[in-house]
Amino acid sequence: MRARVTSLFAALLLTVMLVPGAAAVGASHSPSTTAATVAVPSQGDSAETTTEPEEAAESLRGSIRGPDRQPIPGLTVTVTQDGTEVGTATTDDRGQWEVPLPGPGTYSASLDPAELPEGVAPRTEGGETVTGVIVRPGANQGVIFQLAASGEGDDGSAPVASGPSFVDRFLQLTVEGIKFGAIIAITAVGLSLVFGTTRLINFAHGEFVTFGAVMAFFLSVSPLNLPLIVAAVLAMVLTALLAGVLDLAVWRPMRRQSAGLIQQFIVAIGLALVIRHVLLVFFGSRRRGYDQYNVQQALDFGLFRITPRDIAVTLVAFAIMGLVAFMLQRTRIGKAMRAVNDNEDLASASGINVERVVLMVWVLGGALAGLGGVMLGLTQTVFTDMGFQLLLLMFAAVILGGLGSAYGAMIGALVIGLIAQYSTLWFPSSLQNMWALLVMILVLLFRPQGILGRRERVG
Amino acid sequence: MDLLSILSNSLRGAFGPEAAIYALAAVGLNLHFGYTGLLNFGQVGFMLVGAYGTAVPVVAWGLPLWVGILIGIACAIALALLLGVPTLRLRGDYLAIATIAAAEVLRYIYRSEWAEPLTGGVFGITQFANDFYDFNPFSGPFVVGPFNFSANALWVMTVGWGGTLLACGLVALLIHSPWGRVLRSVREDEQAARSLGKNIFSYKMQSLILGGVLGALAGSLMAINTQALTPDVFMPILTFYLWTIMILGGASRIMGPVLGAIVFWFLLTFLDSLLRQAIGTGVIPSGWLESSDVGAIRFAFVGLGLMLLMMFRPAGLLGKQKELRLDVR
Amino acid sequence: MSGDQEQHELEPDLLAEREELIDVERELEAQGPSAGAVRAAEALTGVAPEPGVAKPDPILSADGVVREFGGLTAVDVDHLEVQRGTITALIGPNGAGKSTFFNLVSGFDTPTRGSWSFNGTDISRMAAHKIARLGMVRTFQLTKALMRLTTLENVMLGATGQSGESLWRAPLRFLWSDQERSNQKRADVLLERFRLSHMRDEFAGTMSGGQRKLLEMARALMVEPDLVMLDEPMAGVNPALTQSLLGHIQTLRDEGVTIILVEHDMDVIMSISDWVVCFAEGRVIAEGRPDDIRRDKAVIDAYLGARRSLTQEDDK
Repeated sequence: MRARVTSLFAALLLTVMLVPGAAAVGASHSPSTTAATVAVPSQGDSAETTTEPEEAAESLRGSIRGPDRQPIPGLTVTVTQDGTEVGTATTDDRGQWEVPLPGPGTYSASLDPAELPEGVAPRTEGGETVTGVIVRPGANQGVIFQLAASGEGDDGSAPVASGPSFVDRFLQLTVEGIKFGAIIAITAVGLSLVFGTTRLINFAHGEFVTFGAVMAFFLSVSPLNLPLIVAAVLAMVLTALLAGVLDLAVWRPMRRQSAGLIQQFIVAIGLALVIRHVLLVFFGSRRRGYDQYNVQQALDFGLFRITPRDIAVTLVAFAIMGLVAFMLQRTRIGKAMRAVNDNEDLASASGINVERVVLMVWVLGGALAGLGGVMLGLTQTVFTDMGFQLLLLMFAAVILGGLGSAYGAMIGALVIGLIAQYSTLWFPSSLQNMWALLVMILVLLFRPQGILGRRERVG
Repeated sequence: MDLLSILSNSLRGAFGPEAAIYALAAVGLNLHFGYTGLLNFGQVGFMLVGAYGTAVPVVAWGLPLWVGILIGIACAIALALLLGVPTLRLRGDYLAIATIAAAEVLRYIYRSEWAEPLTGGVFGITQFANDFYDFNPFSGPFVVGPFNFSANALWVMTVGWGGTLLACGLVALLIHSPWGRVLRSVREDEQAARSLGKNIFSYKMQSLILGGVLGALAGSLMAINTQALTPDVFMPILTFYLWTIMILGGASRIMGPVLGAIVFWFLLTFLDSLLRQAIGTGVIPSGWLESSDVGAIRFAFVGLGLMLLMMFRPAGLLGKQKELRLDVR
Repeated sequence: MSGDQEQHELEPDLLAEREELIDVERELEAQGPSAGAVRAAEALTGVAPEPGVAKPDPILSADGVVREFGGLTAVDVDHLEVQRGTITALIGPNGAGKSTFFNLVSGFDTPTRGSWSFNGTDISRMAAHKIARLGMVRTFQLTKALMRLTTLENVMLGATGQSGESLWRAPLRFLWSDQERSNQKRADVLLERFRLSHMRDEFAGTMSGGQRKLLEMARALMVEPDLVMLDEPMAGVNPALTQSLLGHIQTLRDEGVTIILVEHDMDVIMSISDWVVCFAEGRVIAEGRPDDIRRDKAVIDAYLGARRSLTQEDDK
């Protein structure tokens, strides 16, 4: 029965996945791409509520010429940020293109190699995408696509050339994936611990991430102009404070009234909406980056390239994970957290002050989420939807690792980070979050208790 | 400050096409959560497949609109099966995460470059519902007191509210039948229903499909209403709107979603007009708030409203508080 | 649940309660054995009191049913038969695997291996709802009243083969109204029988714990089962209600329904059971008539052994 249902599901899934792909192959050029030099409103709720009055001062532009230095018209250039498409443009007769941007930040630009004239190809495998383009406020950043004449057909040079470069990309993406996964991990630990101790799925956890990132932003610009590292620490404290206050003001009273879990769950959603949109009022809908550590020369390690900033972020994230593990394993409060996580009644019977432990879990989760927010803002950009987008990946990580297991959440997060990055080896980067979420749904199908989760008894 | 115009705006919002569309989608959600206890946080996904199912066949293949609507319904059924098979066996909170993730996955797919030939990707598609407006029996705008609707809006409203009331009638018939009794028993305790010989998976699936189809019809109407479709209309926040509407009106009340939608849109438009006027006339100094902030403030109030409702009156306007206390979850 | 039992132990009038029970027992004895009890005793004459013994007319028969949790074996039953028309009690110390065995045969849990049949039909690994439809209905240790359904609706839900439970017929009332009316009559009779008629149109959530036990039993009978499995029907029920529950169980047996019950209270078991099966550490260590079990050394050892380690309770 179960096998039958599973295979039915797999077949349905396959159909749905194939339909758009087949349609894309079958249909010719879409009519909409021709009229494409339009700016797309920035992401998020702002798209439906506020019509951005500010002109997008920033833009990406460039001119595309073939190996013979002749301009190539009619190419579609797509600009994305964190996998979200920002806009596209088509090269004109002089091979020039320009895409207006919603704000400064890090972008990727790509062209479709299939549109290139015959005999022309990106100089390197994957050269059709230029990633990590950093745009300063007000800048019209140029992007160069390096094109070369491709080999004369069937001498087999193409596969040979693509071999090592695939490995290169794989290694590069591994580094990126570990970095991204580490950020997800330190944010997801709090989500998992809160669930483990209170059974609440905290929908507002993503907003803690946004809150941390936005606070660090405000602290690091005028009038305070704090160094970003100081701002990050303060943001962490502020987020911890927010989480603690919310536990005292909202969750503890609700637990005391023994409110249902669904009730609490929906309150968390309401809370998420409030925090996110209050931040939106103050921060605005534009994506912004921190001033410090924004532009950095990537260090070339031969196998991969990484900026010093990203190295620092990754190392700090891992150090924090180690600290959290140490705390859970060795300290009094950490042991108490694990005890409450395992069995609240037993913990309370053995003299643990459960309410205090829960408060500490919120504070810890808040602090980690706030720090994660700053890290995410550093490696990408700060915007008010960042937390919610990350929240879904955190869910994926937590479910993959097993709901309620802190270590599971860390491992799940690394897996999710890697999946998101590796998917760009074959698929558009705008879909990287989708793959992570699909993996989560598949995990729910085959092993709902996750990698490290305990199997729950039925009946 | 022109309070009268604010009020008439709000009344228009309360009965306008959007309110009807949201009400219809919330009726479906009410079937899921209110009567079956399914934590569906991906209702927007059903709206999305309904909307694109309606529009894509018209734009891409030149089929008539009614075929599109049928395709939209078929897509919703397929989505319910796809979503339900892996998740309906799981505990409720897993279902919530899985559904919200599935709705996001769908949005990513529909806006991806793969799907662009059909869905127009992030640019979306427009002008596909002319068939619908060709049938518009209203020739001129409708102006009575504060109500002032164009002929087209009036037509969408008629179909929307008519459809919503029909859906409510159908739900009422179903809920007061033995079928509905099983559904409600699944909401109360799955194991008990199982021990009495009820195939709870099948009932949950039927509920998911039926409510999903209602969501898809709401999506169709949404597409028809705006004649323009982009995937980013279908953000998760739309689902949260629907939850607010359902809980505001009263979950597991037949007319809850309808009343909820009317009150919700009244308050939303009221707040919107009030703030805009206050900023416009300088009652709120322009340094404090810009009119571009109004949208965000509105959302923040939706969130606050949802929180307070759930904390202090989870039964909503129509629900019986006493009955809710029996809910042991 | 463990809290419930603790409370029970701490009750000051524990002795009074015991006495009351003994009274009940005497009363029942005074009435002399009922027709059902006589029939059951006759059917079981000559059946040797040893684990896994074959019965003349088994309604339920299990073979090699094993359930492992991680490395732990919760249930390991070689062979067990339940005689039709009897009250068969499953006893054993906490964590002996009685409830797990219950969950396994009723389809609420999947065994690691093993097979079992009901009325001659192999029902191993059959979905729980299908088993129920075949006429084997269970109740739960923690009562599962459907809180926001009325008492009547709770009972009506038990009726099988309701055509109005199909989505297509549901909106067309005339297709199922006749059947609904006759089901309602039957439900009213059951409510009357369990003295719940005054609660007919109240939400089940407003009932007391004992009333919920009665409701659960009424609901199970609405299925018209051949076999009813009661998981600790007396847990947390006051003595007066215990008496009436015992009466209902015996009446059922007299009507020809087979009953399997899990129970902790030895006095209760010895007074009403026709056959007793004793579990310890997942295995059947003894079975026989109540008198055989009283004298069985393995049972006494199991209980004494368990008493010593009774401090740790399992929760299901």
